[in-house]
Parts: sequence; structure tokens; C-alpha cells
Amino acid sequence: MSGILNSSIGRKVAMALSAFFLMIFILQHFAINILSVFSPDTFNEVSHFMGTFWLIQFVLQPVLIFGVVFHFIMGFVLEIKNKKARQISYAKNNGSANSTWMSRNMIWSGGFILVFLIIHFIDFWFPEINTKYIVGDMSGTLPNGEFRYYEELVHKFEPIWRVALYCLGFVFLALHLLHGFNSAFQSVGANNKYTKGLKGFGKAYAILIPLGFIFIALFHHFNH
Amino acid sequence: MNLTLKIWRQKNANDKGKMVDYQVSDISPDMSFLEMLDVLNEQLINKGEEPVAFDHDCREGICGMCSLYINGEAHGPDRGVTTCQLHMRMFKDGDTIFIEPFRAKAFPVIKDLVVDRSAFDRIQHAGGFISVNTSGNTIDANAIPVNKHDADDAFSAATCIGCGACVASCKNSSAMLFVGAKVSQFALLPQGQVEATDRVMNMVKQMDEEGFGNCTNTGACEVECPKGISLENIARMNSEYLKASLKG
Ligand code: HEM
Ligand code: SF4
Ligand code: FES
Repeated sequence: MSGILNSSIGRKVAMALSAFFLMIFILQHFAINILSVFSPDTFNEVSHFMGTFWLIQFVLQPVLIFGVVFHFIMGFVLEIKNKKARQISYAKNNGSANSTWMSRNMIWSGGFILVFLIIHFIDFWFPEINTKYIVGDMSGTLPNGEFRYYEELVHKFEPIWRVALYCLGFVFLALHLLHGFNSAFQSVGANNKYTKGLKGFGKAYAILIPLGFIFIALFHHFNH
Repeated sequence: MNLTLKIWRQKNANDKGKMVDYQVSDISPDMSFLEMLDVLNEQLINKGEEPVAFDHDCREGICGMCSLYINGEAHGPDRGVTTCQLHMRMFKDGDTIFIEPFRAKAFPVIKDLVVDRSAFDRIQHAGGFISVNTSGNTIDANAIPVNKHDADDAFSAATCIGCGACVASCKNSSAMLFVGAKVSQFALLPQGQVEATDRVMNMVKQMDEEGFGNCTNTGACEVECPKGISLENIARMNSEYLKASLKG
């Protein structure tokens, strides 16, 4: 198995597996975030549970971070290798005649997602780690005794520039997934009469999930 | 038709090469693209200049020798055809046409538009065969029953003519459509099972050693392939490869 990352197909499959993991994670992330629209109390409770349960904090969270880092590093490695496979480029190349813009620009959509993720970590993850493990406050509450998660979320979406940036980030995620979702199935060797039906689902996932995140950001911006 | 041609000229493998402009006139829309180049070459020879070198053999779409990247697409703008089957009626009077060699590190230019595609032969040698003695003692074709659907898919995969348009069209210069087809034509049949594990491992290893890129599923190859080889063959190769690596 260690040799698998030395082969083209091995790298392709590893890329797809990390992507599957990220797509499941994002679904879960969305399910929790959307609670903030319908029920701030439930959102607070679930956030507190996610933020303090050891299995999530010390097992799943490191796996997730590894998954993200692996995915984008592998993405860059593959891009460099693939560029090297054609040393002289065409004087005229009509890429749009045979493939989608999304499929040819995964590195760009992915690159913008990475920029977004860095900002997102600075916005939410670093303060969270600081409060819990550096300051040592595991209570999850504000000085007035109420849960802090919902308040923090709403506060973050006050400035319009951040809302705009988040929306842009999700547009790039949609572009990434419009190609990526079905590509990942192809990578692991699934392309048959069952996966044909998955195409439509993939498109829906790629558009609806990012759109849902955009909705949440706009909702909190305009409602408070 | 009168046309402006922008053609890649390169004296030999070590020459740097450059695009050169040519004019051709009175081209019939019924000519094939290669016949149009023949007209240009006659002009050049009459002027005492070096004709443009390009590959071709059967000129009826079966040998896979003709290549050319025409106006940004392998085998030009038509679908399901090789360059020898491409007609000049796909172009308009006054058009400017870019003609370049198939570009990939694994397909080095030999001269002008001629590239060395022997990397494909080496991949085939690595495993694209079955070790059955077929001389003299051929058994009846129906002795081993094959599911119709599998037989059709194997046959479709076997129509690959090894032209390399898939590599040329791929933004990653990946050879996976070709290798996928060559793996699939046997993987689908009982006769191919004996060597199935070694075949896919060895062919993929050779493909990587030749310096082809990695597939990112853009699907450009499938669109440009003159034989309509489908992406399903790449997926099949991937799952064959996974099965084989888990075994060995
Ligand atoms: C962190 C920044 C990211 C970068 C730099 C990045 C980069 C890339 C690149 C270059 C590819 C194409 C690789 C290939 O097909 O060989 C790719 C594929 C993919 N990415 Fe990302 N990505 C990022 C984040 C994400 C996220 C957050 C998700 C999902 C929620 C995701 C889902 C996918 C999927 C599904 C594929 C297709 C996998 C395949 O073709 O097998 N990516 N990514
Ligand atoms: S798969 Fe199609 S494009 Fe590629 S070598 Fe075979 S026939 Fe040519
Ligand atoms: S010359 Fe044989 S396929 Fe074109």
C-alpha cells in the first residue's frame, strides 16, 4: 500500500478519497449551520457538543485537518506533475471545444477555496482554540451565562465585506464541486449504469450546498 | 478556397522549431485535410523548399498514423474522425488554420509535425496481450460463452487505433484513455483473466515511466477520440488497478 502514492492511479484514488471525506464533512457542517437560521438554541447546543466532545475534538478534527492539507498539497503536486508532462504548449488550443471550464481549472477554484479556508480559520477556528485550550474556558458561555456560539456567529456576519468574501468562497466551492463530485466517482473506478443517475445528484449537491451556506451568511447579515 | 496556414516547422528533434505562415489557394472543399497538405507540399517542392513532414498511412481512418493538432483540437474540429477523414468543408474560405504536432513530453517531435509515439508500443509490450497460442490450433470462437454486453464493450474498447489524440487533447497529457481501452478489451473477457493482475499493474507502471500526466477526468479525450472510446474504460482500468494492488 505504501507504494500506491507512487503510481498515477494511486494518487488519483487518494485524491478522490480525501475529496469524498471533505464532501461528507461539508454536508455535516451545513446541517449544523442551517440550525442557526431555524433555532439558535439548538445551534448553540449542537455547537457546544461538537466543540467539547473528545471524540470529535481529538480524533475527527485532526483527521479532518489532515484530509484538507493532504487534499490541497496533493492537488498542487498533481498540477505541477501534469504541467511537466507537456513542455511546449500549443500555439492554439481550443479547450472549451471538449471540456468544461470547471474541469480545466480545478487548481484555480481549489486555490480560492484555500484562501477562503485560511480566512475562515482565522475568523472561527483560531479564536475557538484560543478560548478553549489557551485561555482554558471550556464553558462555551458568555459572561451573562448564555451560550456564546450563536452570538459569535451573528457578530461575524455583520461586516458586509466578510459576507461578500464568504459568498465568493462558496461560488468557487460550487465550481469546484460541479466537476469534482462526479470526477471523484470516476477516479475510484465507478462509472456504470448506477453512477449515471448520480450525475444529476452531483450537480444538485454542488449547487445547493454552497447556495445554502450563502443563504446562511446573507440571512444573518440582513436579520441583525 | 484560399487559406492561410500556420504550421509548426522543426528540422529535427534538437531544433527549436517555430510556426511558419503559408498560403494555399484553389483548395476544393471535398479534399481531405491531408490532401490539402499534399497540395502545399507540391508547391513547396516546386519552389525547391523542404516539404512539411507529417504522418499518414492508410488515409481511411483505420491505422492511427495521421495526427496533427488543428485549430486547437486533435484531428481538427470534426467529431469521430481522424485527420485523413477530416474534410476541407469543415473550414471557410479565407480561414487561418493552425497546424501543430501532438504535444506531450512522452511524444517527442521527430520532424515538423511528426512525433514519436513509440511510448504507446512500449505500454502495449508491458501487458497488452494474452499468452495464448493461436497458430494452427485455433479453437471455435463460441467455445467459451461471453455475455453479449461484455463482448460489445470489449469490442468497442478494441477499436482504439492508438493514434494518441487522447494524449494530445488532454491538458495533462494523460494516456489513460488509451491504456484504459487496452486494459479493458481483455479485462472484460474470460480469455483476459489469466494475466489480468500483471497486465494492469505493468501497463500502468510503463505509462507512468514514459512521462504521461495524470488524468483529472476533464473528458477531453473522449470527445476528441476518433473511435469514441468512452471514459468508462478509464474507470474500469482504475478499478482493475485497485483490485490488482490489493491482491499483490
Ligand atoms: C483547500 C483547497 C483545495 C484545493 C487547493 C483543491 C484542489 C483540487 C485539485 C487541484 C483537484 C483536481 C485533482 C485531480 O483531479 O487530480 C481537486 C479535486 C477535487 N476536490 Fe479539491 N481542492 C480544495 C478543496 C476542496 C474541498 C473543500 C472540497 C470538498 C468539499 C474539494 C472537493 C474536491 C473533489 C470532489 C475533487 C475531485 C476528486 C477527483 O477527481 O478524484 N476540494 N481539488
Ligand atoms: S483512445 Fe481514442 S484517441 Fe486515444 S489512442 Fe485510442 S483511438 Fe486514439
Ligand atoms: S492515415 Fe490511417 S488513420 Fe489517418
